[in-house]
Amino acid sequence: MAVEFSEKADAEFKELVSRYPNTLAAMLPVLHLAQREFGWISVEVMDYVAERLDVHPTKVLNAATFYTMYNKTPVGKCHVQVCTTLSCAIRGGYELIEHLEEKLGVKLGETRDDGAYTLSEAECLASCGTAPMFQVSYSDGEIEYFENLDDEARVNQVIEQLNTRLASLPDPRKMH
Amino acid sequence: MMQEKYLSRNFDIPNAHTLEVFEANGGYQAMRKAFKMDGETIIEEVKTSNLRGRGGAGFPCGIKWSFLPKESDLPKYLVINADEGEPGTFKDRYLMELDPHRHIEGCIIAAWALGIRYGYIFVRGELQHAIRRLEGAIKEAYAKGYLGENILGTGFDFDLYVHPGAGAYICGEETGLIEALEGKSGQPRMKPPFPAVVGAFQAPTIVNNVETISSIPWIIEKGGEWFASMGVEKNGGPKLYGVSGPVVRPGVYEAPSGVTVRELLEDYAGGMLPGHELKAFIPGGSSCAVMTPDKLDSEMGFETMREAGSSMGTACITFMDTDTCMVRLAARLAHFYHHESCGQCTPCREGSGWVAKVLDEIEAGRGRMEDLDLLLDMCGNIEGNTICALGDSIAIPVRSYVQVFREEFEQHIKEGCCSFPAWSKRRKGSSEAA
Ligand SMILES: Cc1cc2nc3c(=O)[nH]c(=O)nc-3n(C[C@H](O)[C@H](O)[C@H](O)COP(=O)(O)O)c2cc1C
Ligand code: SF4
Ligand code: FES
Repeated sequence: MAVEFSEKADAEFKELVSRYPNTLAAMLPVLHLAQREFGWISVEVMDYVAERLDVHPTKVLNAATFYTMYNKTPVGKCHVQVCTTLSCAIRGGYELIEHLEEKLGVKLGETRDDGAYTLSEAECLASCGTAPMFQVSYSDGEIEYFENLDDEARVNQVIEQLNTRLASLPDPRKMH
Repeated sequence: MMQEKYLSRNFDIPNAHTLEVFEANGGYQAMRKAFKMDGETIIEEVKTSNLRGRGGAGFPCGIKWSFLPKESDLPKYLVINADEGEPGTFKDRYLMELDPHRHIEGCIIAAWALGIRYGYIFVRGELQHAIRRLEGAIKEAYAKGYLGENILGTGFDFDLYVHPGAGAYICGEETGLIEALEGKSGQPRMKPPFPAVVGAFQAPTIVNNVETISSIPWIIEKGGEWFASMGVEKNGGPKLYGVSGPVVRPGVYEAPSGVTVRELLEDYAGGMLPGHELKAFIPGGSSCAVMTPDKLDSEMGFETMREAGSSMGTACITFMDTDTCMVRLAARLAHFYHHESCGQCTPCREGSGWVAKVLDEIEAGRGRMEDLDLLLDMCGNIEGNTICALGDSIAIPVRSYVQVFREEFEQHIKEGCCSFPAWSKRRKGSSEAA
């Protein structure tokens, strides 16, 4: 599939660029938009963003590699990121990872073969008062926080919810 | 303990994030009042209020504002620091998600007072819910004529946008934030020049934390004197405090400046969870030195916390129980800082990695006694030798863990192992919030 914004994304792109005194400043929101459109930030996507923003491709490469939210390789439809930094470490974040590894059938740091789930460790997500918690980044660009996960029954309920959602999510590997 | 609420007044009101409900509860009146005051008067009022920056450093807000040049060839900018990434910190999120219009009202007042043309609220990208709430509220404010050109017929123009971050703790540092706003990697700049002189897009820029600006409408509405009276010397205002860790009711609480750590733990958060005994706490995010229970009666203020041997930081307190291994926690935090170092300064980039490695070795039971002094040496070499304060944020806590819990470190070395329960085997009971 060719890397090109849909009509809707193109309108959004233009609105984003209009918010700033120059096109370079639109880099972060535009890369978010590109990831939502194309599933992940490949070199091809970087080149396209550079062309659209009229900046040198190394500027896009710099930004895309510096920030962790941009996936330089495809991840699963649900990217489950468990916080283990401080309060979450103390309140059961690591235990949560072990439980998820077993229930989702994927090891920490890996993507399940069918492309459904990627499981990673994350740094503090500003949710320490509701620790332990994880964030799910869906391949359609949505992000959801699941908090107060110190009850196994509740975690299993959340997993059910994720499993149901899988069917309606695009596979990032096939988005461009 | 049941104080009148200001910053969190709207948190429990259903749909307070909408313009209609916000205004029905007195919203945007402070803005109207401010439009009848001149900029100088507002800055004086903010100085009188003793409002200290809520992002961690505690710089007096009114003084910062007075550094912004009055005249400027370039349009001036307001950049709100909503990058909330300091481990243990989770207060700004509530202000953005539950009371976004109050924040926008604060931005409008600040811009009016300072002659600022454009504002960007820099929200960490993971906080999509906060971003949507703010964007929705901004849209409503434009429709009502509170943003845009010639606001309410005053002739004052101000545009406000949300700028999403993309996952980098260092963008919370104000010049890293500006770099990221400009579309580059968030590597902090050398200071001076300070942002007030050369900030975003080379123009004079004020960078303030979310809570700082959300406090402004109250200062205008009730006066600087009133705000100052809701606190202690040099620390004005009602303020949000976070409480997390193994406590009964973790969460965000509003209390006057000067409340004690003990009050926050016992009266607000309901004390430690049954079966958990307090071992230590950090008063305002992982960059602060660790403190022990004998310091529980310390007041939450920038000076009082410094006198007590730590710092107030973001005022989100993390409590730890006796099952928490201090070596492992220090190692975990060192890995965080190593991961988040932007890599510009050798002491920070390399030092954080070495510190993490030595701590890992001690935790694994392979440490040597001389490692403890080595750790302190490494901290000394990092502190003060870097472009931004992230370097200090590694050195200060690590040194404190080694010094305050030295026996625990020595025990790991002598016994050749860690005798605390594994991270994954810690749970004892849940809190009420769960
Ligand atoms: C490594 C580092 C991270 C920081 N992260 C944040 C942050 O997430 N939010 C914030 O408001 N301030 C943060 N700060 C402080 C800012 O540099 C700056 O002092 C603050 O935004 C100023 O606003 P205030 O005066 O209203 O507090 C950080 C500082 C450093 C050195
Ligand atoms: S101290 Fe660390 S984070 Fe700050 S500028 Fe230097 S290398 Fe980057
Ligand atoms: S420590 Fe996990 S969200 Fe802050």
